[in-house]
Amino acid sequence: MSLDVDGLTVVIGGRTVVDGVSFSVGDGDRFGIVGSSGSGKSVTALAIMGLLPDGAVVSGSIRYDGRELTRLGERERAGTRGRSIGMVFQEPRTALNPIRTVGRQIAEPLRIHEGLTRADAWSRARELAARVALPEPDLLLRRYPHQLSGGQRQRVCIAMALAARPRILIADEPTTALDVTVQAEILSLFQRLTRESGTSLVFITHDLAVLRTVAEHAMVLDDGRMVEEATVERLLTEPAAPASVALLAAARATAWKRSFDGGAR
Amino acid sequence: MEAIFRRGRPVSAPLLEASGLAREYSLPRDALFRRRDVTRALAPTDLIVRDGEALGIVGESGSGKSTLVRLLLGLDTPSAGRVLFRGHEVTGVRGRRLNWLRRETGVVFQDPYASLDPRMTVGRIVAEPLVGLRIGGDHAGLVADVLVKVGLDPDMTTRYPHEFSGGQRQRIALARAIVHGPRLLVGDEPLSALDVTVRAQILELLRGLRDTLGLTLVIVSHDIGVVHDLCTSIAVMKDGEIVERGATTEVLSHPAHDYTRRLLAAVPSLD
Amino acid sequence: MAHRAPRAMSARRTPWLRTLLRSPNGLFGVVVAAIVLLAAALSLVWTPYDPVAVDVPGAWRPPGAEHPLGTDNVGRDMLSVLLVGARVTVVVAIGSAIVAAIVGVLLATLGALTARWVREPVAVLIDILVAFPTLLIAMMLAAAFGASLLVVFIAVGIGFGVNMARVTRPEIRRVAQSDFVLAGRAAGLGPLRNITRHVLPNIAPIVIVQLSWAAAVAVLAEAGLSYLGYGAPSTTLSWGRMLADLQGYIGVHPLTVLWPGLAITITVLGLNLLGDGLRDATDPRLARGDSVTRAALTREPVQL
Repeated sequence: MSLDVDGLTVVIGGRTVVDGVSFSVGDGDRFGIVGSSGSGKSVTALAIMGLLPDGAVVSGSIRYDGRELTRLGERERAGTRGRSIGMVFQEPRTALNPIRTVGRQIAEPLRIHEGLTRADAWSRARELAARVALPEPDLLLRRYPHQLSGGQRQRVCIAMALAARPRILIADEPTTALDVTVQAEILSLFQRLTRESGTSLVFITHDLAVLRTVAEHAMVLDDGRMVEEATVERLLTEPAAPASVALLAAARATAWKRSFDGGAR
Repeated sequence: MEAIFRRGRPVSAPLLEASGLAREYSLPRDALFRRRDVTRALAPTDLIVRDGEALGIVGESGSGKSTLVRLLLGLDTPSAGRVLFRGHEVTGVRGRRLNWLRRETGVVFQDPYASLDPRMTVGRIVAEPLVGLRIGGDHAGLVADVLVKVGLDPDMTTRYPHEFSGGQRQRIALARAIVHGPRLLVGDEPLSALDVTVRAQILELLRGLRDTLGLTLVIVSHDIGVVHDLCTSIAVMKDGEIVERGATTEVLSHPAHDYTRRLLAAVPSLD
Repeated sequence: MAHRAPRAMSARRTPWLRTLLRSPNGLFGVVVAAIVLLAAALSLVWTPYDPVAVDVPGAWRPPGAEHPLGTDNVGRDMLSVLLVGARVTVVVAIGSAIVAAIVGVLLATLGALTARWVREPVAVLIDILVAFPTLLIAMMLAAAFGASLLVVFIAVGIGFGVNMARVTRPEIRRVAQSDFVLAGRAAGLGPLRNITRHVLPNIAPIVIVQLSWAAAVAVLAEAGLSYLGYGAPSTTLSWGRMLADLQGYIGVHPLTVLWPGLAITITVLGLNLLGDGLRDATDPRLARGDSVTRAALTREPVQL
């Protein structure tokens, strides 16, 4: 499996939001996209999924297993979503349908992509719920989104994204809206899932410490352009591009090191 | 109450004192004749904030930290307990009769997009405490001065909030919070909605203001990184209670409570 | 998350006015309202003919060089009568809007910002009053005080006002719970000052939009009520009265009925579209930040 993005450019409303971005993700890779707000991280992800607003102009190439996605019609593109590439968004509150039970929402991609019967889809949903470590799946799947905590909702979203067994999972700031203890659990969930199933991960974040936890390789975006691509270790020790340096400096300024006897200056 | 400073540092006068402060909310009725269920946002809490101190209140969502801070500022009425500011009663005093407290305090809220009235110019927004507290003098001059202090261009008073970025808006909110020369500056997650590069700048600004203006700070945050450098003491909250309290260095290097340890362990590190 | 500052935003105070005039709805609405206002103003100083001059032998003249819209059953020049009738339209539209604004905002404020024991009964009261059709209110008032234009715009004002209160109430609550209102309290503003300084300006757009719809309803209501005899008395020249007087002749002289009917229809349509245009023009999401949001919110259809 490989996802190859080459010279991806996205223009929305006359503004070039993504400018010539190129990267590759292979089997089992854990790839990060970092940058500050407005750097084009989310738009890149949406472009790969084909979920950009109607007025967006996309040029460049996005190839999944050799197949050029940008030339597909909407129907075929929809077929890739969930099946080849899954996506988890930042805000679990708005990503879930409030008037449907959580179990039905996990089962839905299964019924669509694999044509499973209701019973089969439900038992797969239960398996998935267990895989994402949701407590008491039988009870929980019958609940509605508002009855779950933020962390549980995000786990549901991850289960939904994994339901049709995509080879790649894209996560757009999935833990930014969560408490730090919940974030730690979700991050380790991502690590476990990708390790166990060999699914590749494309993880978008503005937080370098979070990046370090989940990704091995990453690229830095600044104002839509890719300014650096390196191992995460490298980015955290010897960043080259000015934007990377600035990100690291900002991260250090607001970071706290455990068991470091820091104090107020 | 508790000794906040250790190792022979001077203990200064208490600025803000809360005793037995609690807040409950009644939920909508389930059935017509049943009593309403009650949810506890803050358990009976005691807290002292001393003059010149910088207190960080740390906790996750639902911990009660925002509730506590609103009660301390008299922006909410407690279900039990009282708050004293420099020995004067805050609890139970309503509306404009609390303006003496308003004079001494300034607040910055979390969302820079919601805390500035979109229909008012920056100049009017920043001057609001001067208007509300009936402070005389050259308002325009005071506003210009404070805008410079927070690192903004004093000529932007005729522009509107939507023309500015999140970081700039938070600076505007900060300007509004200090324009009337308060003693205490309270921030309710002031950096959480900001981009990481901007966060560092605003943190630096807060540190600077704390030093040059001699402000007492109370900063609520879920982010230890924000608090560890800015604040001299820390209070950790969970489920409406303060579970640990003490000097920042002490609590962060030798956390006593189990929850504090778990919280600190969950913070992702850069190396 | 934080946005980058939008690059080409100027410090205009009324970008919504430009947006309004650029949209077809808004433009049409503004033009229609302007025409009606001008017609009414003009009629105060000049009309082609004396609108009350009766000329029975000259009745039923078809549109021609002398009378662009022809004459009615008693020989009055239709155009002149129409111009004078515009005055009533304007008075009713503005009067109803004012009454609706007062009733609506007052009720909504009472239902949103007071203590629970006041708030909840008021909310129920609003819902009960909404059930009363405006026509019924007008008939009740007319029965008590006699038919007049005052009856029309008080009835419409109340009828629309309570509907407006229903929509405005949650909006007031939403604004009142904003951080900037809380910041106002923290800055020492008393509750009344906070309301006038923060809440009212922020609900103004939604109120203004509804007032244009109220005006549209008022014009239509005046026509209907005058037609039924509960509105303008027979001595007042209004478009609704014209319809009432001439409707009997529709089989023989349809054109005479057409003119006031058309005037009413276009005015009501115009005011309605003005309201729609105002609503689109004052949508805060369009004023905000980045081009991605705007591109996604404007003309582009939503992709499903």
